[in-house]
Amino acid sequence: MKDFQFHRPATVKDAVALMTSRPEAKYLSGGQSLLPVLKLELAEPSDLISLAGIAELREVRVDGANVVIGALVTHDGVHRSAEVQKHLPALATLAGSIGDAQVRNRGTLGGSVAHADPSADYPAALVALGATVVTSQRKIAAEDFFTGLFESCLAREELVTAVHFPIPKRAAYVKFAHRASKYALVGVMVAETAAGVRVAVTGAGPKVFRVAAMEAALSKSFAPAALDGISMDPDELSGDAEASAEFRAHLVGVIAKRAVAACAA
Amino acid sequence: MPTIRLRVNGKGHSIECSSSTLLVEALREHLRLTGTHVGCDTSQCGACTVHVDGRSVKSCTMLAVEAEGAELTTIEGLAKGSELHPMQAAFQECHGLQCGFCTPGMVMSATELVGRNQDPSESEIRHWLEGNLCRCTGYHNIVRAVQTCARTMRGGK
Amino acid sequence: MANAQGIGASVKRKEDRRFLLGKGQYTDDLTLPDQAHAVFVRSPYAHATIGKIDATAALAAPGVLAVLTGDDVAADGLGGIPCGWAVKNKDGSDMVEPPHPSLAQGKVRHVGDPVAMVIAESKAAAKAAAKLVDIDYDALPATGLLADAIQPDAPQVWEQAKGNVCFDWHIGDEAATDAAFAKAAHVVELDLVNNRVAPNAMEPRAANGHYDAASDNYTLYTTSQNPHLIRLLMAAFTLHVPEHKLRVVAPDVGGGFGSKIFHYAEELLVTWASRRVGRPVKWTAERSESFVTDAHGRDHISKARLAVDANGKFLGLRVHTYANMGAYLSTFAPAVPTYLYATLLSGPYDFPAIYAEVKAIFTNTVALDAYRGAGRPEATYLLERLVETAARQLKIDRVELRRRNLIKPEQFPYQTQVALQYDIGNYQATLDMALAAIKYDEFGARQAASAARGKLRGLGMSTYIEACGIAPSALVGALGARAGLYEAANVRVHPTGSVTVFTGTHSHGQGHETTFAQLIADRLGVSTDQVEVVHGDTDRIPFGMGTYGSRSASVGGSAIVKALDKIVDKGKKIAAHLLEASVGDIEFKDGAYRVVGTDRQKAFGEVAFAAYVPHNYPIETVEPGLEESAFYDPKNFTFPGGTHFVEVEVDPETGVVDVVDVAIADDVGVIINPMIVDGQAHGGLAQGIGQALYEEAVYDSDGQLSNGSYMSYCMPRAADLPMFKVGNHVTACTHNPLGIKGVGEVGAIGVPPAVINAVLDALAPLGVTDISMPATPEKVWRAIAAAKKGG
Repeated sequence: MKDFQFHRPATVKDAVALMTSRPEAKYLSGGQSLLPVLKLELAEPSDLISLAGIAELREVRVDGANVVIGALVTHDGVHRSAEVQKHLPALATLAGSIGDAQVRNRGTLGGSVAHADPSADYPAALVALGATVVTSQRKIAAEDFFTGLFESCLAREELVTAVHFPIPKRAAYVKFAHRASKYALVGVMVAETAAGVRVAVTGAGPKVFRVAAMEAALSKSFAPAALDGISMDPDELSGDAEASAEFRAHLVGVIAKRAVAACAA
Repeated sequence: MPTIRLRVNGKGHSIECSSSTLLVEALREHLRLTGTHVGCDTSQCGACTVHVDGRSVKSCTMLAVEAEGAELTTIEGLAKGSELHPMQAAFQECHGLQCGFCTPGMVMSATELVGRNQDPSESEIRHWLEGNLCRCTGYHNIVRAVQTCARTMRGGK
Repeated sequence: MANAQGIGASVKRKEDRRFLLGKGQYTDDLTLPDQAHAVFVRSPYAHATIGKIDATAALAAPGVLAVLTGDDVAADGLGGIPCGWAVKNKDGSDMVEPPHPSLAQGKVRHVGDPVAMVIAESKAAAKAAAKLVDIDYDALPATGLLADAIQPDAPQVWEQAKGNVCFDWHIGDEAATDAAFAKAAHVVELDLVNNRVAPNAMEPRAANGHYDAASDNYTLYTTSQNPHLIRLLMAAFTLHVPEHKLRVVAPDVGGGFGSKIFHYAEELLVTWASRRVGRPVKWTAERSESFVTDAHGRDHISKARLAVDANGKFLGLRVHTYANMGAYLSTFAPAVPTYLYATLLSGPYDFPAIYAEVKAIFTNTVALDAYRGAGRPEATYLLERLVETAARQLKIDRVELRRRNLIKPEQFPYQTQVALQYDIGNYQATLDMALAAIKYDEFGARQAASAARGKLRGLGMSTYIEACGIAPSALVGALGARAGLYEAANVRVHPTGSVTVFTGTHSHGQGHETTFAQLIADRLGVSTDQVEVVHGDTDRIPFGMGTYGSRSASVGGSAIVKALDKIVDKGKKIAAHLLEASVGDIEFKDGAYRVVGTDRQKAFGEVAFAAYVPHNYPIETVEPGLEESAFYDPKNFTFPGGTHFVEVEVDPETGVVDVVDVAIADDVGVIINPMIVDGQAHGGLAQGIGQALYEEAVYDSDGQLSNGSYMSYCMPRAADLPMFKVGNHVTACTHNPLGIKGVGEVGAIGVPPAVINAVLDALAPLGVTDISMPATPEKVWRAIAAAKKGG
């Protein structure tokens, strides 16, 4: 790994200022995605700006119809938060399924969201629940946030500070994990929200996506059987040694039904 | 080279190392605490698991500089003098180790579980240990060891 | 009293404390004064010609001490890495044995082939400089898959190996087998692949070489299962330094499973480089490096044909197998698909005729060699899949078909049609035990309960034998082994009666420090606390062949027992003198020498003391001291066997296979420590289930390993496995003094076909008749979909 300057600012403002003045810098949150990248020397930043000292990013609170989770809350923190367990049990389950115990102890919501890994779990929740990503500059609807493979609409110096999750009527997340990496081969969150039924799929394609046909069918009848006959086009999905696009297409249907069933449970 | 201050097993250390030094490198190469092992290069095997403020963390996926200000515990710091920690004792009692290479990480990880949940089910134990690979034991006796330790810590119940 | 710690006692392991305290000393834990570090520059190509190697920039990088290449190796006259086993072709000619330079010379032949060695002040400096070594490669066509390498137009790995054939070997009676098939009522046919797996001991390989100019002595610390063998090969073939100037130490080793048997180039190179740079040189593999440099296991393509009469009795077996060798011949590679595979094809069955042909094939991949079970899992998988297929096709119950064909207890010693003679066994007893453990008769109810939850439940079995306790030197010598496979031991009784045992076997998880101490406790009546077992250091131990092939207790333990017999006998002479009796009247029992029929006795410790303080001593006829060495060469292989049952639940929608129950009954001979024996079985089962459901090292046709990390190579985790029910039925081996057979490999040998048979049992109602290892969710899903379409 190449050397870098290490910074630990105490405020979001200072962090953004550091990033603005150093064009080759990167933010470091829990490091569970970034450090493996640095170890492989796939990135060689001049500076690492650790967010660990910014206390304001560690908060979980209920704000009206939203659960607001700070960017630095770890996956384990989300999983065990009393507020999340009460209002967003599906998100608590999702967070508890990420990686493994050690990863959940370090990895953070904000880091995962900003990394925009197509196989990460959180994107399914953000999109299905209609979450809003709050950054150092603005508020971004989750569907606009994820733009491609490891790509988001974040500007270089822009820092994710929190995510606002609207509390749904009901929701569930079911994941079919890659057996080696434990990332999602297919992860589906189904949510019945104030804005209607939403079905978001992670892992199966180059970025998280919604399935309009499933949402329409579930709006009419919120039951697993409503999804019978809805098929996915493998041409739009990812394929690799662990699971071909055809298998992923099949799994999206199976896992979506299980998520619907889990909503009722 | 920057100086990094680490508190490991209750003792303070100052080490001079580059900013890119991983926590596991600081422990093994600078402090010669070689009980923490490296079994992979992709943050999967968990042989390098240590406690950072009581939480199990893969020390190959954390910078040494990030650990400044934290209380670190490695496998060398678990026993009280010559008395094994109940998890260490249970691993010996149940034959939860063979070659011993994954053992420090496995013990550190299992210790956090039992600290959180004094009566974990077999399934909870197996899922908790997903971040630790063992090639020798088939996990059977590791699971028994964690159950045994939990029972000990519940006072034999 | 002595037996509380003796043979049969589950004594807690003596070695555990240091591992649990983080005080184990593995090779990479050792940092020598003035330590330098090596990193290898490895070929990214599966097959290429090497042009110019420009190390200028690397040499100029900070902290770099040297960059060494194949030219330096050649200039210093280092030998190539030898193969330890020669196999003859059918026509009596020699196998093709290509050169294996330790650093590539002219060509690279697999991804990971080492081309240059960078030595620097730190590992980080060496790693950075390694990137600066500029190598001109001219890529050549490569063959990465066994299935491709046997095609007529396949790229050639070696010019001298036409058709990529290393050897074309056979065993058995072809004419008798043809005759058996001619009169068969049924012929069952099965084509199958035994998947390629990576061994993945959790400790990556490492080596630290130290040349001391003052004494002109070399020391190598290495992650080895057999340090004496490494010293022998380095002395005779690679480093060309005599044994007395070379010390090889294998300290704590974090698992081996076969992969740390072999002599690897890095062991030679760090030792040699230490002399070149005048500093100790350490190399430790990263996991991604292990994946492309550790010898892999398995990788067979086979055709199997079984001739059966109208009553379900086996008449004959015909097998053709292609076995992948990789690009170079690793230490024991040729022995694996021949003498450790084809000789096992009779399994536990009474076969009147067998004929097997094996073609070993070169590919542009890392070498393949022994991996836990080595040949025997491949034989068992083939046979047990074939027997299961026969049961289905002939509509005979799977247990009944096996019962009709198992060798009966009264048939021992049993001479197979493929060279081996089984000394003893009781396959019916282990079958009955396993049937009871799995609750075979209640399977229907469990299947119905699973069906109610939408799951398909399947039960699979295998009855197997294996050959271990490797190996009778004369026999394996006749078969092409270039080393003896006996074992050595030295037992040193100290003046106050404590004991140090020096064994040539090596413990890297097996618990020898405990089990061998139990042997001493059992024979001499001393406490295990009074015994130290020393292994892994060629300077301390007379000689040894190491640990693999489930040989340590049966062969190494026998050597210790032979030395103990000499100790006891010598003690009798001393005791006779002290007790003023004749030697013939002295017996040794429960830790004391007694005059038979009297209460006159001397404790073992008193006799030991007299041996070292010989004031009152038969000095004219008996030497002082109490220390004996022994070499034990086994008379035959040992033949563990048993029955393994596996139950799985298949999710028909996702193809996920869950192993829900495993019950096995093995006969591993006499057991020293039941706790350790069960643990060995557990580990083998996990690796066997891993091969059956999770693991495969996937090369593409161009020779790139596509899943060389734990992000994509699926290692079994705790949540993937159930608790294991392990039982033992003992028939004592007839030809070694302890009656031990061996347990290290039984799990990995017996269980893979039981898993696949269980998956096929679950899928049988859907019309699925075949699936290959590993039975991944997608494969299962596709098999179901294809059966639906076909049906």
